[in-house]
Amino acid sequence: MTTRIVELRRGILKKNDELAAGLRERYTKAGVLVLNLVSSPGTGKTAFLERTLRELRARGARAAALVGDLETDNDAKRLAASGAPVRQINTHGICHLEAGMVGKHLEGWDLGALDYLFIENVGNLVCPSSYDLGEKIRVALLSVTEGEDKPLKYPTLFNSADAAVITKMDIAEPCDFDRVEALKNIREIRPRIRIFETSAKTGSGMEEWLGYLAEERG
Amino acid sequence: MHELSIVSSIVDSVTESLAAYPGATVKEVRLRVGTLAAVIEDSLQFCYGIATEGTLLEGSKLVVKMLPVVMHCERCGQDVEISSLQSFRCPQCDEPVSDLRQGRELEIESIEIDEVEEKA
Repeated sequence: MTTRIVELRRGILKKNDELAAGLRERYTKAGVLVLNLVSSPGTGKTAFLERTLRELRARGARAAALVGDLETDNDAKRLAASGAPVRQINTHGICHLEAGMVGKHLEGWDLGALDYLFIENVGNLVCPSSYDLGEKIRVALLSVTEGEDKPLKYPTLFNSADAAVITKMDIAEPCDFDRVEALKNIREIRPRIRIFETSAKTGSGMEEWLGYLAEERG
Repeated sequence: MHELSIVSSIVDSVTESLAAYPGATVKEVRLRVGTLAAVIEDSLQFCYGIATEGTLLEGSKLVVKMLPVVMHCERCGQDVEISSLQSFRCPQCDEPVSDLRQGRELEIESIEIDEVEEKA
């Protein structure tokens, strides 16, 4: 018997990272801007996305969505009402989306016919941060009902985000939401990040958000 | 709680590497994990016992080396270690920092194995 140390230096999520790199290349070639939306359950990702899809379509942009949940296709049905192509990914217990699941659910879709593709992740502020889906922009969402210190509690996710969206601003006042504190906390974790204060119900903040999307798409 | 899928990836990866060392037994698997990798060592250890059962890694020890977050500070022109995950600022000049240099690693550094010696 001889003892030997074998150097591996291998990424544990190498398989996911490779698949994500392949997807990123496909998105770039097709000229579609891909966003990965991450938040806790109940933040209002679906309502925000519904409004976004509707507004984009009204402006003549071609947008589609993939939506991840453990079970049910309820969210896909809600989003499909906007008229945009939507597919549901059921993870059956897995707490995050992986690049392989995204690739599989894109089969048969002509990415070249899209301007925007939104991937709504499983509601979870921890696990999705480790899994690259090939997106250009990772969006962390936070609602006014969740507490201004949420970014401090979940720094791994907020630090990996490219943009932040505060949702449900229409009920900020009855929730005693301290917006200055929330903005400060987000920037404490992710300095210089773009932050959008929105309401899917009233449409406030949507103009700025849509402007940002158009800018990023170039 | 995605540690179980992470540990399953470790088992697959190490098993693949063992193909080059037939008959070897795994004593230790050493990981490098960044503080921002969103992985908890206790959960990894807990899942490791379950996921290695009945595999070539069964009975081996998992050693996790946690790596601190290192960011580049533009103002100081150097890499600095961030001690608190609640504030991404340079500990020397208080400048907000967003250029990550270390902290998201999630990798298998090495494995320690006992090889069967070949008969002469």
